[in-house]
Amino acid sequence: MYSEKVMEYFMNPKNIGEIENPDGVGEVGNPRCGDIMRITIKVEDDRITDVKFKTFGCVAAIATSSMITEMAIGKTIEEALQLTNKAVAEALDGLPPAKMHCSNLAADALHAAIKDYQERVGASQ
Amino acid sequence: MKTIYLDHAATTPVHPRVLEKMLPYFRDQYGNPSSVYRLGREAKKAVEDAREKVAQLIGAEPREIVFTSGGTEADNIALQGVARANRDRGRHIITSAVEHHAVLHTAEALEKEGFSVTYLPVDKYGRISIADLEAAIGKDTILISIMYANNEVGTVQPIREIGRLAREHGIIFHTDAVQAVGYLPIDVNRDNIDLLTLSGHKLYGPKGIGALYLRRGTRIAPLMGGGAQERKWRPGTENVPGIVGLGEAAVLAGENMEERAAKLRRLRDMLIDGVLERIDHVRVNGHPEERLPGNAHFAFEFIEGESLLLNLDLEGIAASSGSACTSGSLEPSHVLLAMGMPHEIAHGSLRLTLGEDNTEEDIERVLEVLPPIVQKLRDMSPLYKKSL
Repeated sequence: MYSEKVMEYFMNPKNIGEIENPDGVGEVGNPRCGDIMRITIKVEDDRITDVKFKTFGCVAAIATSSMITEMAIGKTIEEALQLTNKAVAEALDGLPPAKMHCSNLAADALHAAIKDYQERVGASQ
Repeated sequence: MKTIYLDHAATTPVHPRVLEKMLPYFRDQYGNPSSVYRLGREAKKAVEDAREKVAQLIGAEPREIVFTSGGTEADNIALQGVARANRDRGRHIITSAVEHHAVLHTAEALEKEGFSVTYLPVDKYGRISIADLEAAIGKDTILISIMYANNEVGTVQPIREIGRLAREHGIIFHTDAVQAVGYLPIDVNRDNIDLLTLSGHKLYGPKGIGALYLRRGTRIAPLMGGGAQERKWRPGTENVPGIVGLGEAAVLAGENMEERAAKLRRLRDMLIDGVLERIDHVRVNGHPEERLPGNAHFAFEFIEGESLLLNLDLEGIAASSGSACTSGSLEPSHVLLAMGMPHEIAHGSLRLTLGEDNTEEDIERVLEVLPPIVQKLRDMSPLYKKSL
């Protein structure tokens, strides 16, 4: 039911954890649905230099979380905002239809972290 | 890698003795039991022999056994058949919130036909209360359908008391005993059961065959028209190899039942104790005593069931979960929710159901690989540290 790539990212997820003193934090999902993603980012000169995730959820939730961290690192804020849940699913060679909605929130979590970063920057200016 | 199969509540392998009995009926003894010539008569005899064996397992008379395509069909015949045949007597049905979907969805469909259904709540162990049942019974009640034992958490219902109450009030009593037959001693007369569902592939028989026990004199209407097979309760040419297989499985299930159950209980307790010893923030679900011998059901906090199952699968361990992801819906198991479990904990449930082939080594292997898997997923979980 899952692609080989999903299973690979699920078994060997990258960038697990939380960045200390992050520049932005984003959390999406809720425990009722069984999926929560928490993403922390580090930003230097408008470029994302580090991303880490913590996820409570199914195979798809963990694989997409890991994938978004890899996709976002090195991107500018503007480029990172262009990343979509759909692009994450495609990078994993697709997700089962049932998972497209409930467990495909990684880009949303990243965008929430960027929004948090932007609010922090705005507040300090 | 050796597969450690711990999902016997989902299905069991066909026992070699069952397969051996079935094989001739595919090729050599292929007759239609309705035919008058020798081949047909022999097939008919095989069907009737099997009927006797199944009847014996639950203390019934052979003529009270109707072969079906499985548990789901038997549940459908029981609920729809009784409801429609007794419509003139009343329109109220009582069942429980933790039934298998074969009963629950059928009850919901009957609501659309104008029947009213009471779904009895359960306590934290998954048991209904007799007081609740008694309070729910009305003049209009025609059927009570309560499962013998739950397929998820293994909780056994107070069947004898339910049967007694149903009899006192002249209400037809059906029980889905798919998980209990072959594991608990069942006697339809002792328990005042009027209709009972059983399934072949949960007791080392083949898939695609089950039976409905139908107490003589019970008012019920068949769901299908077609032929006179199964005394018109279930028309259609008999699944002879399947029926023969179910018959042999029933014999096997009746042999040394207590001994086999004791072995399952011992392994199950070893598993539960071992998990509790090695992992914290884990709940054992279901009733501590009134439970199926082979059922161990856990909920691991902070993690999700599908992730757990796939990790176990990579270690060769086959299990199941009540998480939303594995139920095919957005909601976790209705059984766990009915027991009052919060959603996030229900998502982290794990069901391990033991069978005859399991060994102590299997349990030791589970106890070796499960703790690091749980820890790995917890280390990834944003819920974990917050809660500690």
